Amino acid sequence: MRGWRAIPTMLRVGLAEAVAYRAEMIVWVLATTMPLIMLVVWTAIAEVAPVQGLQGTWSSKRFVAYFLSVFIVRQLISAWAAWQINYEVRQGVLSMRLLRPIHPVISYLVENVAYMPSRLFITVPIAVVLVLSGGAEHLSHRPLIWVAWLVSLLGGWLVAFFANCAIGALSLFIDSSVKVMDVWLAGFFVFSGYLFPVDLFPPWLRVISEWLPFRSQIGLPVELMTGAHDDGELWGLLARQWGWAAFFMALTFFLWDRGIRRFQAFGG
Amino acid sequence: MSPWRAPVRYLALLTRQLRTSALLTAQYRADFLIDGVISVFWAATAVVPLFVVYGRGRDTGIPGWTFGESLLVTGWFVLLQGVLDGAINPGLQAVVDHIRKGTLDFVLLKPADAQFLVSTARFQLWRVVSLVNAGVVIGFAFHEIGHGPSLLGVAEAAALLAVATLMLYSLWILIVSAAFLVVKVDNLTYLFSSIFDAARWPGGVFRGGLRLVFTFVVPLIVMTTYPAEALLGRLAPTSLAWSLLGAAAFAGFARTVWLGSISRYTSAGG
Repeated sequence: MRGWRAIPTMLRVGLAEAVAYRAEMIVWVLATTMPLIMLVVWTAIAEVAPVQGLQGTWSSKRFVAYFLSVFIVRQLISAWAAWQINYEVRQGVLSMRLLRPIHPVISYLVENVAYMPSRLFITVPIAVVLVLSGGAEHLSHRPLIWVAWLVSLLGGWLVAFFANCAIGALSLFIDSSVKVMDVWLAGFFVFSGYLFPVDLFPPWLRVISEWLPFRSQIGLPVELMTGAHDDGELWGLLARQWGWAAFFMALTFFLWDRGIRRFQAFGG
Repeated sequence: MSPWRAPVRYLALLTRQLRTSALLTAQYRADFLIDGVISVFWAATAVVPLFVVYGRGRDTGIPGWTFGESLLVTGWFVLLQGVLDGAINPGLQAVVDHIRKGTLDFVLLKPADAQFLVSTARFQLWRVVSLVNAGVVIGFAFHEIGHGPSLLGVAEAAALLAVATLMLYSLWILIVSAAFLVVKVDNLTYLFSSIFDAARWPGGVFRGGLRLVFTFVVPLIVMTTYPAEALLGRLAPTSLAWSLLGAAAFAGFARTVWLGSISRYTSAGG
């Protein structure tokens, strides 16, 4: 595979693009401030009386630590391939990608990775605030958990990215899958732990969330950071997350290889 | 020349634009079903967080707001989301495209006000479904509260609906004006709706600087919390008066910024 040698160059190009469109990135970061709104909502509630979850009580400080972690994880697992693929299929510019000796999904992946370093400019200051605001006592102090956290962060990003690609590849069959992505996002908001910790879910909601992939994206890395899991359940949860990642990866390549035969490069 | 000539002409133009949108939407009938299902789904996800927040009892959640009262705010949020997605966002997307491709020239050349033309260019008429959803949520909220609103409350809320629509629209004009400066801003719609998401919570949870921002800069509290308070009969008349004044000032400001932006517009691309 000669194409693989192109990856370092593609990473450099992507990085330069990220720097060039830094205003766009600020727009994106502003668009993901929902965890900070939820932080305000939940601390207002917890100040009246601590909230009782399934595993212990939630003081306002614990909410602060949780939602700052959500914000950090949300930045690091960002993926937007679904919109990108939809756009490129509709405009026909996907044909340019098909000419290159590298699988389009891999090229989307490389572009996505190249945007990550610039995200650190946002996440590192927030992480400092998290530690200084007294959130440190609600973070895990065990090295093993932090290693697992890195694994779960990568897993969470893989789930997010390949779910994006699978939904994006649907546009090869149904013209536009942006609406499917809307449904995915609605599920994501409710079940991932983005708006509220899974620990506070009513039982019926928790049962549903166990069977959905959304918690793998945000919930698991954040729960590990904030020390919600012990070693026993850790591996099971990680295995489930990577299972979802493998599932969406397989689905992506399956849909892509079927769908690309139908692609007619109208427009471009 | 009769003083009514301009309004009549613009009313005729609006009817024409609405008819074009209606024809366009009628062309994609399958979208009606999909959009309908999705909007019901979105309304449901707007309500679910309240069940989590009020999981421990109908009175233990957001300080100063019972479950039913919070639900009223959410219902109003669903209503405004329908207005936003149906009447405001489609146009926004179209202008951003125009600016990027340079085709805004064709709009500017037409013998009518450019702001009027771009604002009325596209409506997603299927979004009427959102209004039904909002009605259901608000109905459920009043069922929880146990009594209906007063006539005065309904009148105040209706006035505030007009205020909120005008404010959303003015914010939209301001954001579009930003698109003249930074061209690659495809995500403006997304940004707009995600900031608007904060409006689903009663304004009481925001304090300090955030409260000031959400009252005066991005007046989310005026848009959803005030109408809910009006329906509950506890909105101070002065707040209503200030909202009306504020909306008018906001609209005037947006108009000035828009005029400034198009005067500096130097057609890109096409």
